[in-house]
Amino acid sequence: MGIANSLGRDAITTRLDAAIGWARKYSLFQYPFATACCSMEYMAVACSHYDIDRFGAGLPRWSPRQADLLMVVGTISHKLAPVLCQVYEQMCDPKWVLSFGVCATSGGFYDNYGTVQGIDSIIPVDIYVAGCPPRPEAVLDGLIKLQKKIQGERQEY
Amino acid sequence: MSLLQELSQEFGQAVLSTHARLGEETVVLQRKRLLDLIRYLKNKRGFDFLMDLTVVDRLEEVPRFQVVYHLYARETNRRLRIKVQVAAKDAHLPTLTGEYRIADWLEREAWDMYGVVFDGHPDLRRILMYEGFEGYPLRKDYPKERRQPRVGPGSTEKTAFDKTPSIADVLVLDDPDTSQAAVSSGTGIKEEIMYLNLGPSHPAMHGVVRISVALKGETVIASDVEIGYMHRCFEKEAETHSYTGVIPYTDRLNYVSPLINNVGYAMAVEKLFEVETPERCQYVRVIMSEISRITDHLTCVGAFAMELGAFTIFLYLMKSREYLYDLIEDVTGARLTTSYTRIGGLKGDLSPDFKEKCREAFRKVREDIQECDNLLSRNRIFFDRMRGVGVITPEDAISCGFTGPCLRAAGVAYDVRKAEPYLVYDRFDFEVPLGTDGDCYDRYQVRMMEMEQSMRIVEQALRNLPGGPICLDDKRMTLPPKELVYTTIEALMNHFKLIMDGHGIRPPAGEAYMPVEGGNGELGFYVVSDGTGIPARVRVRAPCFALVAGLSHLIRGRMLADVVPIFGSINMIAGELDR
Ligand code: SF4
Repeated sequence: MGIANSLGRDAITTRLDAAIGWARKYSLFQYPFATACCSMEYMAVACSHYDIDRFGAGLPRWSPRQADLLMVVGTISHKLAPVLCQVYEQMCDPKWVLSFGVCATSGGFYDNYGTVQGIDSIIPVDIYVAGCPPRPEAVLDGLIKLQKKIQGERQEY
Repeated sequence: MSLLQELSQEFGQAVLSTHARLGEETVVLQRKRLLDLIRYLKNKRGFDFLMDLTVVDRLEEVPRFQVVYHLYARETNRRLRIKVQVAAKDAHLPTLTGEYRIADWLEREAWDMYGVVFDGHPDLRRILMYEGFEGYPLRKDYPKERRQPRVGPGSTEKTAFDKTPSIADVLVLDDPDTSQAAVSSGTGIKEEIMYLNLGPSHPAMHGVVRISVALKGETVIASDVEIGYMHRCFEKEAETHSYTGVIPYTDRLNYVSPLINNVGYAMAVEKLFEVETPERCQYVRVIMSEISRITDHLTCVGAFAMELGAFTIFLYLMKSREYLYDLIEDVTGARLTTSYTRIGGLKGDLSPDFKEKCREAFRKVREDIQECDNLLSRNRIFFDRMRGVGVITPEDAISCGFTGPCLRAAGVAYDVRKAEPYLVYDRFDFEVPLGTDGDCYDRYQVRMMEMEQSMRIVEQALRNLPGGPICLDDKRMTLPPKELVYTTIEALMNHFKLIMDGHGIRPPAGEAYMPVEGGNGELGFYVVSDGTGIPARVRVRAPCFALVAGLSHLIRGRMLADVVPIFGSINMIAGELDR
């Protein structure tokens, strides 16, 4: 190819979108919105056995301003829902949401007056991880799928 | 003279009836003498614990509500249940807040869920639900699925959210003058009360508890703890499921030690049936409960060490927990949502090589605990932040309804496994570690020592593990083996009867309270059966509820930074706190 040849072997060509996507997908700063039993598995994924750090999402940030991946881990009740909305709104773009476990995804087997029937009724969700709770492997799988999605996105910058 | 006779004599006409069924003594009392009776029992008969207070709604009957108190006397190791019946139109009772501190939150919950009013309660407002919620969700005529969302579909505006009172309105300061800006005499600097909100979305609050504090400088002068963010309506769900169907919900109460919940619930129902499970089942239940207790303590110690900056400890202990999760998964098929017990038995037996795996896992866990001990126990920073922080006296702890490690850290030797040995706990040699000061450091030490004791229990149980069946052979509750179901008509019918809607497991009508020693203290299941296949009421006495209720007391007068270790050391678990 013309331009690549003239640059020699020390440079590669790519699209800006692809390069930014690559950078973004491997530097996810997550905000674990951890409420319930699923957070036990969140801990497992975060620690040495499963080590989410291997996938570039190792650092939990406890401020929505510093995070770009919102992990909603566990049941969301109607009492907690406004807080979740607020945290989501406080995050800067670009941002993604991972729904961790069936409770966050659909309310799970809690179909009652207290629980939100899926967080996608209040905030947008990028990836759903099934399981009650999902095994750590499933979470990592979800994360890799999300990374694929990020890579393929049109990047805003 | 028995206690019941004595009370009948003492209170004459006011005692409507007494009975002692399933080994549980009950007094049904007229409302007007409730306070007298409670004072009598507390002051003269040593009933120092108000273990639980709840309501049973009997929609069709008159009077409709039964308010149920569970008392416990530590000295004599006795329990007593008091019931007061009130009509829906006149659901008023005197408050017990003057006698037991824990009554404050228990009464708020009863009001929130059933609309029973406690006259004289200083602060009767919603606790699990939110301001703006209409109706009383645990009443039988409140449909389970009637949602009243604060945001999201169905509510176009956030009005209900805006009803949340401001911190300054909720907090009651002892001395109203301090809420005015005052000039400190020494420095001449203007000191103002500052209100600060912690959580619910705050790492140290574990995402589900909100503490509003009033600060003077850095000192907490008043605080209000708001819970209910994780209210998943366990008790309502339980009233719409079969007895077996409730088991998965019990996993998710204290999800750090789910097996203990499984065991407690199953035993409560078995108590209604007046049956005992086979010996092997009891041994296995002990083994699994104790492994669960270790995972609970590992998580607790790991998490609060991390909150104080000792991240390494967290990693080490989580690593340890994985070894135990592997064991649990081997047996139950799940890492934490185990649903391992069945009414009258267990889902399955231990795996064939369990003993060896367990020995290996314990070896590694012991190593990690030792390492944690080396790194933490005499660590200057850790020590200084824990020692003398969050102190509670034995009397206060009892009045606050503390049980478990937090009570034992204050030097009170109450452990259900020793006081009322259930299963086969009386056959093992183990100690109940005690603290002396009731501070955070003691709570940490007690947990560390309990893990070793739990491992000892498991080892003894494995050594003496008897053979035999793991399930009762009882057609009323145990599913027949699949081979028989497919080949014989009797077994098929039996299976059908236990599984189909409208049939199922049906304990005789009655009520039972079954306490077990959970990771955080006395975990009690109060199950009421009306003879049908669906429980009329399942109430959980969650140990953590009392602990969090006492939190305001623990942090009062401490520095803001102390809130973190104090909160960490009581081990709040949202699943059982909010249910
Ligand atoms: S999905 Fe299951 S494990 Fe996760 S929070 Fe819900 S009930 Fe708990």
